[in-house]
Amino acid sequence: MKPIQSKEDYQSYVDEKTPNSPILKNCFNAFWVGGLICAIGQIIFGLCRLRGIDETNSYTIVSMTLVFASAFLTGLNVFNKVGKFAGAGSLIPITGFANSIVSPAMEYKSEGYVMGVGAKMFTVAGPVLVYGISTSIVVGLIYILLNTQSLVLI
Amino acid sequence: MDWMMILKAFVVGGAICVIGQILIDKTKLTPARILVAYVTIGAILGGLGLYKYLIDFAGCGATVPLTGFGSLLAKGTISEVQTTGFIGAFTGGIKAAAGGISAAIFFGYIASLVSKPKIKKQ
Repeated sequence: MKPIQSKEDYQSYVDEKTPNSPILKNCFNAFWVGGLICAIGQIIFGLCRLRGIDETNSYTIVSMTLVFASAFLTGLNVFNKVGKFAGAGSLIPITGFANSIVSPAMEYKSEGYVMGVGAKMFTVAGPVLVYGISTSIVVGLIYILLNTQSLVLI
Repeated sequence: MDWMMILKAFVVGGAICVIGQILIDKTKLTPARILVAYVTIGAILGGLGLYKYLIDFAGCGATVPLTGFGSLLAKGTISEVQTTGFIGAFTGGIKAAAGGISAAIFFGYIASLVSKPKIKKQ
C-alpha cells in the first residue's frame, strides 16, 4: 500500500475500506417490494374488472383490500418486519397508511380505548388527511375561480 | 389477465417507492413528512389533471402509492364541483376517497383491538 500523503489519497483510502453505502440495497428492496404491492393491486383490479365492476369501484376495492391486508399483518407483528426490510417500499403504498394507523393504536392500547387507541391512531394518518383534504379543497376552489372567470369572459 | 399492465404497475409503483427511499436515506425527512408530501403532491398533480395520464399508463402502479390517494381527493373534488357547484369543493374529495379512509379506520381499529402489543426488545 502506498503511503497516505494528501487529502485525496486519504479519501480514496477511506472509499476503498468503507462498505458500499446501503442506499443502493435499500432502493432495490424498496423497488421490488413496492412494485410487488402495486402489481398485486393490479391483479385484484383485473379480477374486479372481470366480474364487471366499474373502474372507480375497482380502484376502491383494491385500496380496501390492501388496507385490510396491511392492518391484519400489522396486527400479527409481521408488517413491521417487512417495513424494516423494504423501507419506503411498504411505506409509500396505501399499505403504509394503514400500518401508520394500526401500529400506534396497538402501542398505546394501555392508555385506554378512547385517548389511547382512538386518538393515537391518527398520529401519522391525521396529518396525511389534513394536508390531503385541505389541498383538495383548495384545488376545488381554484377550479371554481378559474371557471367563473372564463364564464364571465365569455 | 393483462400481464403488460401488471408489469407496468410493478415498474411504476416500484419507481415511486424508490423516490421515497432516496428521500429517507438522503434527507432528514421523517416518514410522516414524506407521506404528507406524497399526498399533497398527488393532490396538486391530480388537480392539474396530470396524474390521470400516469393512472392510464400504469393503473394500480399509480393509484396504490399515496400520491394516488391525493390525486383521488382532487379528482373527486373537481368532478363534484362540476355537478353540484361550490359545495362540491367541500364534499367531493372525501366522497371519492371514502372507501379507503373508512376501511383504514375500521380495519385499523379492529386490528388494534384483537392484537397484542409486542414488548419492545432493544
